[in-house]
Amino acid sequence: MRHFDREIEHLKQLLLRMGAMVEESINESIAALLERDTDAAQRVIAADTAIDRMELEIDQHTIELIAMMQPAAIDLRFVAAAMKITPELERVADLAVDVCERAIELNREPPLKPALDLPRLARIAQDMVRQSLDAFVRRDAALAREVIARDDDVDRLTEQSFRELLTYMLEDSRNISRAIRLTFIGKYFERMADGATNICEMVVYLAEGKVIKHQHEPD
Amino acid sequence: MIEVRDFDFFYGEHQVLHGINLDIPDRQVTALIGPSGCGKSTFLRSINRMNDIIPGARGRGLISIDGEDVYAPGVDVVSLRRRVGMVFQKSNPFPKSIYENVAYGLRIGGISDKRRIDATVERSLRRAAIWDEVKDRLNSSALALSGGQQQRLCIARALAVDPDILLMDEPASALDPIATQKIEELVYELKSNYTIVIVTHNMQQAARVSDRTAFFMLGKLVEYDVTRTIFMTPKEKLTEDYITGRFG
Repeated sequence: MRHFDREIEHLKQLLLRMGAMVEESINESIAALLERDTDAAQRVIAADTAIDRMELEIDQHTIELIAMMQPAAIDLRFVAAAMKITPELERVADLAVDVCERAIELNREPPLKPALDLPRLARIAQDMVRQSLDAFVRRDAALAREVIARDDDVDRLTEQSFRELLTYMLEDSRNISRAIRLTFIGKYFERMADGATNICEMVVYLAEGKVIKHQHEPD
Repeated sequence: MIEVRDFDFFYGEHQVLHGINLDIPDRQVTALIGPSGCGKSTFLRSINRMNDIIPGARGRGLISIDGEDVYAPGVDVVSLRRRVGMVFQKSNPFPKSIYENVAYGLRIGGISDKRRIDATVERSLRRAAIWDEVKDRLNSSALALSGGQQQRLCIARALAVDPDILLMDEPASALDPIATQKIEELVYELKSNYTIVIVTHNMQQAARVSDRTAFFMLGKLVEYDVTRTIFMTPKEKLTEDYITGRFG
């Protein structure tokens, strides 16, 4: 293996480690919400500093790779993808923290009626983030496109979940503060899915050199 | 460690190096960069006294290797150069077989045990990452090898006498990109066993292979630091202008 390939591999490992940390945060944020697990929520909030540090470490490494190795073609696209994927992951982790902060507030009050769409939304967002990382590791553009396609489902579910919560608010004004918090949470998961979509757009760029961001691909 | 203190160098009346100070650590690659005529090659050749053969050339100040002044009276220049091997820009194999090229330094060093020579030839060719390409034709002429292979053979020849330090004067500048990449990989591998000082005109090469970089201009050492710093956040404006191609 060339010295350069080892550097690229190291960068990939750093990204995967960060990806695993972010996935763990999402898992725990879902537990915090659905199982009303405030301890899990606290763990996610505490873990965020390590994820932030990881972002800085990866940034430093990618800049060094460009300065020292002058990557070209697939290698250059990999480094560029890494630079754009890292902040997406960091943002997803921040959103998991946001979910947990709202969950802690919610867990101080009795539960609102069991929402149906919100757990589904959370699971899909979680799944999309995981698949986006798989697609990145395997440089799998087809999988990336599948993930991107799921974003429409997420948008629909977010809207549905909001409407559901709206009915609770209309039903009883005492539900309002909790329902608003849950609405926020729906939005947070939706934005996690957006992060996964952005990651997948970079995977397509990595694998095929094609920019699909802000454009509609012909089917 | 190679220690350099207030080192000046002259060709006759003309001073080409001015007060050079730097420490070159063991088992790392140190790159010397700078525009043509900046003194980097002169400096490199001062380390193993290759400049001695130029009439009127003289150094002043200190260059020491592991505490021993290389310019001290009584220093045996032949054993110094055995310890500090050199690889030049233009590969210069002897018009002999591949085997004899590598064995040459051992023979003139008085070693005649065939088994020992065989083993050293093989080890040196392996370390220079050329063994697989030549093992079946060790007795063919070295001159039949490609430019890149000849250069790696010259590196093997330098390694055969078991030096501590390798000086490389633009070892890849006459080679195509693939052969260059092989030399760069080799340099990277060799640093686990040797201290390497490399002069290169190719800044990207310096960035790729070296741990430390010294930037020379007009006979002065402008900046010397870990390569990462030189290429990412140089302290001197001159260094930045040079490595970003604004002059030179």
